[in-house]
Amino acid sequence: MKIDTEARYAKSHEWARKDGAELVVGISDHAQHSLGDIVYVDLPKVGANFAKGAAFGVVESVKAASDLYLPVAGKITAVNGALAESSDLINKDCYGQGWIVRLAPADAAEWESLLSPEDYEKIAAED
Amino acid sequence: MKTTLLRDRHERLGARFAPFAGYDMPIQYPSGAIEEHRLTRRSVGLFDIDHMGQVMVSGTGAGKALSVLVSGRILDMKTNEARYSLLLDEEGFVLDDLFIYRLGEEEWFVVVNASNREADFARLRGLIPASVSVRDLSDETYMIAVQGPRAVELLDALSGGSLSATPRFSMTEATVSSVPCRMGRTGYTGEDGAELFYPAARAGELWDALLEKAAALGIEAGAVGLAARDSLRFEAGMPLHGHEISPSINPLEALLGWACDWEKDFVGKTSLLRLKAAGLERKLVTLNVSGGVPREGYAVTDREGNGIGACVAGMFCPTVQTYSANAFVPPALAAVGTELAVSIRGAAKPAVVAKRPLYIPAYRR
Repeated sequence: MKIDTEARYAKSHEWARKDGAELVVGISDHAQHSLGDIVYVDLPKVGANFAKGAAFGVVESVKAASDLYLPVAGKITAVNGALAESSDLINKDCYGQGWIVRLAPADAAEWESLLSPEDYEKIAAED
Repeated sequence: MKTTLLRDRHERLGARFAPFAGYDMPIQYPSGAIEEHRLTRRSVGLFDIDHMGQVMVSGTGAGKALSVLVSGRILDMKTNEARYSLLLDEEGFVLDDLFIYRLGEEEWFVVVNASNREADFARLRGLIPASVSVRDLSDETYMIAVQGPRAVELLDALSGGSLSATPRFSMTEATVSSVPCRMGRTGYTGEDGAELFYPAARAGELWDALLEKAAALGIEAGAVGLAARDSLRFEAGMPLHGHEISPSINPLEALLGWACDWEKDFVGKTSLLRLKAAGLERKLVTLNVSGGVPREGYAVTDREGNGIGACVAGMFCPTVQTYSANAFVPPALAAVGTELAVSIRGAAKPAVVAKRPLYIPAYRR
């Protein structure tokens, strides 16, 4: 299981990494591995506001559709358009080219309350 | 939960398992279902399908007795020929689909679906006169499939060229890497290749020999799980029991009228003729959908939003690169090009009736 040590994590297996004042959000290596080949991603509209923990999109694997939950509250500032043609980027590079959305957090401090890489690794290992 | 005799091989390969028809079956291996699908389309996929059943019907009167119970014409088959057929109930609904091989004048080898193995055997045994032998050979017979554009080359190399000398839809007896086999040149992927029947005691030996020979010859080959088996058969337009066919679906609406011989008597024929005369209420179509992955159970509507049917299967199709579903819809809305919609998470997504099959099987090319 790969862990991005710069990111923080939600129990629902999304990661969020700081990039200036914004956050980049995706799903963890553990999540992409459990889901298997991802064949479609339903992305939110840029400008949409979501509460912490709200479903903001869907990833569809070969066998199932799974909701994506936003780790912190905020407004979507960008979506990864490359996923429309190549949803497998999430399988290939979930912390890099397979990022899903960028976010302007409503409360910059909320990120600190997410799981540390060490704590998430423990949770994922038991999953 | 039953496992197949190749369980240790699958575990060593890192397979993920899930229950299917009472067996804990390999669904996919670490390369993933899509790569396994592509591997089968470009070279060779190996499928452990020992969950499927085999029944031998033999003895004086076997052909006549079997003919009445299955939809298709079988009595004109030559020895070693194979044909697809349906097992129908009196109302004309599909209990199962079968592959029937004629092994001799009065010797018929019937391949049945895993989930129907016991029921099919009981039905055949119950309706065929006691003077005809009906034996369930499923436990002693191992079954694997070797499929893909290089499958014949691989099996030829292990059998002294036996498979390329065997016409499509027929059976040959051959020694494959020292294992006595029956090879049927058929499959469920849309590719050339064979289904192999051989002694269960040698299950792993032949599986290993195939992978070793492929490596030695530089033929790319690997194990393929049930997830890719499903997408391969779906693209090639082949029905799957419980989806495109079931005890609540008749062969006419499932586009399987060609598997019914109207010139003979068979169980269900009278009901089907009545259905035919009354006109079909629905018909199987393949839909290409945009804006999500259509899946089994999703509602199909017309462009005005009126419910007209439901998806019986749906998925991303790796070779043709479409998000497609099979669904039953009224015949008036079944023409290729008809614009419909599939409801995905509450939103109507555009769907167009596509030409079937999405992928032309090798035997039709």
